[in-house]
Amino acid sequence: MIEIGLGHYLTLGAVIFSIGVIGIFLNRKNIIVILMSIELILLAVNINLVAFSIYLGDLAGQVFTLFILTVAAAEAAIGLAIIVVYFRNSGTIRVEEIDNLKG
Amino acid sequence: MIAHAIFFYTFSIIAVVSAIMVTASKNTVHSVFFLILDFISISCLFIMIGAEFLGMIMLIVYVGAVAVLFLFVVMMLNVAQQKNQWFAGEQSSRHIPVGLIISTLIFFEIIIVIGGWKYKPEIFDINNSITQTSISNTHSLGQVLYTDYIHVFQISGMILLVAMVGAIVLTFRQRSGLKRQSYIKQISRERAEGVEVLEVQSNKGVKIDD
Repeated sequence: MIEIGLGHYLTLGAVIFSIGVIGIFLNRKNIIVILMSIELILLAVNINLVAFSIYLGDLAGQVFTLFILTVAAAEAAIGLAIIVVYFRNSGTIRVEEIDNLKG
Repeated sequence: MIAHAIFFYTFSIIAVVSAIMVTASKNTVHSVFFLILDFISISCLFIMIGAEFLGMIMLIVYVGAVAVLFLFVVMMLNVAQQKNQWFAGEQSSRHIPVGLIISTLIFFEIIIVIGGWKYKPEIFDINNSITQTSISNTHSLGQVLYTDYIHVFQISGMILLVAMVGAIVLTFRQRSGLKRQSYIKQISRERAEGVEVLEVQSNKGVKIDD
């Protein structure tokens, strides 16, 4: 309990990952919160990578965390641009009103 | 060691609670603020276990760019006033039990994987090669990043370029009916077409047509 090991960090990553997945399903407000949940999921993956990198003494995990950070920033920019365009066209970004594909 | 434990539990409890608040809070602006708190506490954890460079980059990229971008979009789209109840409509509430089941399943699967995995004891002894050397974390990361991973680094730069171009192309729109300054027209204007010398007759004015 006092000795903080690799398992603690992995558990923290698992908890945040699950909260992100819950947030995607539970959210019925607007689609921006879904994007934020995706950011939480990527953050949990980053925690896992950094913890393994530190505890195994291999720098590759930190390098790939850097690349995941890059991809997350690009994804947030593109996603928010799409949301802005959708809001301009249809006037709403509520999740249950986005049903153009009849899914 | 006890200080490590205290800091770990503090930051991780803050991170988990703020992650819950990101998904649960009714106001979207509050969600963005809790997302920022989450990023800050996770980057404190990164700094604490020895990945200083990633912690700082996380602060700069996530808090400084991504979260502010979220905040900007939330305020621009004026969805902050949509203080709805959580489960708006009966039609959508069918997804919620399924989502809860799936995410708890994922959580327990990960926990089983973590708990059931026995590490070799010597795997923690041979390591610490990156923490015990005299060069800093940033230095060693740079030595690897610009040599072994140079192609991946270039590709990530291309990804950022494509994302930038894509975001601009998506949100750009040509407005009609706006009066703008046209530098080309200003520079290419000649004296001959701009100025006209007229012979003004007395008691008759000059009619200027534009």
